[in-house]
Amino acid sequence: MLTVLLILIPLVTGLITFGLKGSGPKVLGLISSLASLAVVIGALFQFRTAPDALHLVAPWIPQLGAQFNVGLDGMAVMLCLLTNIAFLLVFITIYNRSYERASSFYGLMLLSQAGLIGVFTAYDAMLFYVFWELALIPVYFLCSMWGGEKRIPVTFKFFVYTFAGSLLMLVGIIYLYLQSPDRSFSYTTFTNLNLPVQEQSWLFWLLFVAFAIKMPIFPFHTWQPDTYEQSPTPVTMILSGVMVKMGLFGVIRWLLPVVPQGAYMWAEVAMVLSVIGIIYASCIAIVQTDIKRLIAYSSIAHVGLMCAAIFANNEQSLQGIQIQMFNHGINIIGLWIVVEIIQQRLNIKNMDEMGGIAQYAPRLSIFLVIIALANIALPLTNGFIGEFLMFSGLFQYNFWLMGVAGLGIILAAVYTLNMVQKVIFGQGNALTATTVDLQNTELVALSLIVGVILFLGVYPKPMLDLVGSTTELVNKVF
Amino acid sequence: MNALISTALSGVILMFVGLFVNNKQQIKYFAIALVLIAFVANLLEAGTLQGGSSRAFFGMLEVSRFSILFNAVMLGATLLYFMLSGREFEKVGEHVADYFALVFFILSGIMLATGFSNLLMLFLAIEIISIPQYILAGSDKKNLKSNEASLKYFLMGSFSTGILLMGITLIYGATGTFNIAELALGTGELHPLTIGGIMLLIFALAFKVSAAPFHFWTPDVYDGSPTVFTSFMATVVKAGGFIAFLRLFHVSFTGGAISSHWLPVLAIIAAATLLLGNLTAVFQQSVKRMLAYSSIAQAGFMLLAVIALNETATQGIVLYAAAYSVATIGMFAVLMKVKDYTFEGFNGLARKQPLLALAATIFLFSLAGMPLTAGFFAKYFVLSAAVQQGQLLWLVILAVICAAISVYYYFRVIIAMYFKTGEPQVEPFTPAFKALLIATIIIVILLGVYPGVLLQWA
Repeated sequence: MLTVLLILIPLVTGLITFGLKGSGPKVLGLISSLASLAVVIGALFQFRTAPDALHLVAPWIPQLGAQFNVGLDGMAVMLCLLTNIAFLLVFITIYNRSYERASSFYGLMLLSQAGLIGVFTAYDAMLFYVFWELALIPVYFLCSMWGGEKRIPVTFKFFVYTFAGSLLMLVGIIYLYLQSPDRSFSYTTFTNLNLPVQEQSWLFWLLFVAFAIKMPIFPFHTWQPDTYEQSPTPVTMILSGVMVKMGLFGVIRWLLPVVPQGAYMWAEVAMVLSVIGIIYASCIAIVQTDIKRLIAYSSIAHVGLMCAAIFANNEQSLQGIQIQMFNHGINIIGLWIVVEIIQQRLNIKNMDEMGGIAQYAPRLSIFLVIIALANIALPLTNGFIGEFLMFSGLFQYNFWLMGVAGLGIILAAVYTLNMVQKVIFGQGNALTATTVDLQNTELVALSLIVGVILFLGVYPKPMLDLVGSTTELVNKVF
Repeated sequence: MNALISTALSGVILMFVGLFVNNKQQIKYFAIALVLIAFVANLLEAGTLQGGSSRAFFGMLEVSRFSILFNAVMLGATLLYFMLSGREFEKVGEHVADYFALVFFILSGIMLATGFSNLLMLFLAIEIISIPQYILAGSDKKNLKSNEASLKYFLMGSFSTGILLMGITLIYGATGTFNIAELALGTGELHPLTIGGIMLLIFALAFKVSAAPFHFWTPDVYDGSPTVFTSFMATVVKAGGFIAFLRLFHVSFTGGAISSHWLPVLAIIAAATLLLGNLTAVFQQSVKRMLAYSSIAQAGFMLLAVIALNETATQGIVLYAAAYSVATIGMFAVLMKVKDYTFEGFNGLARKQPLLALAATIFLFSLAGMPLTAGFFAKYFVLSAAVQQGQLLWLVILAVICAAISVYYYFRVIIAMYFKTGEPQVEPFTPAFKALLIATIIIVILLGVYPGVLLQWA
């Protein structure tokens, strides 16, 4: 029941929001995201006591054998938690901003939340596909209506890219469906197909391309920096914090268990692509002057590492990637919130024009430093444990690959610290001197993030326990 | 049977009504009532069917559950069309009752096409569908483009009719029968004449459903005809052509030996249709012309069902016909309210007319095959049918790529409406039109979330 509620709350409130006026949308958005967070925490407790109660199967299209089959495992609970925290943080941060056509803005945001939760909870491939698209369409409208100057071509490229990828996935799903003995889309049927190796080999690519575009990993990433740059920052937070995880989640939930041999065959190719992505994106990030693009490229590098870790295929790396999905989401949302605040105060994105903000806005600067350190995975921040586990997993798979991927850490330190230095330290100028320090809702949002960063950095055990069951399951079939 | 008789009679009645009734509104309501009667009469027949199907006219016509379902979809789409666009009939010319009568004649042709079991009936059906269209295309008599459309359509259509007849003759010469069930060419030795006949039938029918490379008439005819009739030609009529196509191949030309002869040809036609339709649509500057090319592209998808010829394909073609017709009729209804048919004419529509823009968006989503709209499951079924067929994975991948291309031109309208600014000129419309538009949106989404409502009858 809780699982359905998780989908229904944002869906229903989102639709209602379209009809509201004045401050109605933002109040309802906040209430809705608080309610969603409460429900997901309830689901977290239920997962510990009675996980089976989170599953629900209802008939949907009997002619096809498609069912409304939803449920939550450890990884899904964690990602739903991340989604709902992310939306709450976004709504808190932008509570004092006013958007043109606010009702549509909040309505679309909530609809995309419903789509995301649907993706994470679907145990039926058809349902998964429908939610996969449902999450995309509102984001397309959000970016195109409230984005920057070049928003229309950029977001259109993003849309066509991801739509083409998902159509290939649809062909893969149809093929799998036709191979199933009982003509159903259910997860258990798909994982028990045991197809011949050649079929798994090309099915792997049909499915993987869709996920790879969404993550994105090299060479499917070209839509990403432009889109992150042109999107309104609240949407970028969702895109990079949560939507990227759709791709990673898809690989762990659907790709590995359904076509294990195909994944085994192509693991090296996927890993090499991911590692190329890490180095490539890190190098580009170093020379960026636009802060939004810098964070976008940094995100490609981090996701590349996560993708490589998935295919390393051992317990450590799987544990690492899962908790890193959560931690990366939290950290990058933190970075975007800081960017949003700076942009809202000063209306600049170029880092060369910033500087000295630490003198004028000390609280903002402290938060930025902590989040930046978490982004480069310093021990005692949440990023550390995940990266440590992933590297240890990669090390077991192939030393050289790990060595090259490890360069990414150093490069990450270079661009992140460079960013921190350019933005908050150094000489101030007339513009940055006007920076107003954090205000109430912003302070709440950033404090929450830093709280999570430090807590999980010191004591990551609850998170590791949560995803342990998924790791075991994937490890068994893969 | 009921549907055939009632639509034919309605046509005749309307012709006479035109003589006595001058109030155009009344004629429209009368026509709507007649469609409703045909719809109900058609459904009533389902109860009388014994053993799955019944035959009429010395076995030349077969009424089955499936044909009744397809008739119902077609009549339902026509009902929607009359209600959404009936007012536009008045703007075309004086003879409103005649226009409605011609539409009814086309409908009776389609009712024949869903149930023919004799090649002669197929010929009759195709002709009954075609001839009123030539008139409708030229009904805007003072407009040169409309005249051109009519003439072009008539000339090309006559040729294809000739080819169709030739094909039927060849098959008759080889097999000695017109009965499509007796043809059953799946087994045994094949006469070269039969293969020639099948090819000619394919070409003629491909012309009627505007499949490449027989599609050249389509953009000019659809563009030149009065928009209100383009809407009907591109939807219900086209679906009617497909059902004839599917029925003929399903009954007569299935089986290993024979399908290896026509399958490659039809696969190439489908591939060419998908590619040409989608690629050319990208370059259009007018939304009306874009929709003409999009109808070619959509025909490519429906051809997948004809090629696959399995149970999924028959379900798929019903769903596709419904989804495509409803969305396109709706889209044309919106188009007719916008005075400027270029993409720029749609700039900023979302601010001025949020409902029109929302409706257009949903219809375009459906045409592009986005999930949660009817078009998604329609595409899903035809793709699934083609994958099931086994040999055509390349065609499926091509179709999928084309579907991604189609997003480009459909979304151009959405981009214009929502993300650009402008002062679109919009014709006034009534609250009833608004309500109907909302109802159409609901149908599109209902079929997209729960296609079972239609499929349970298939």
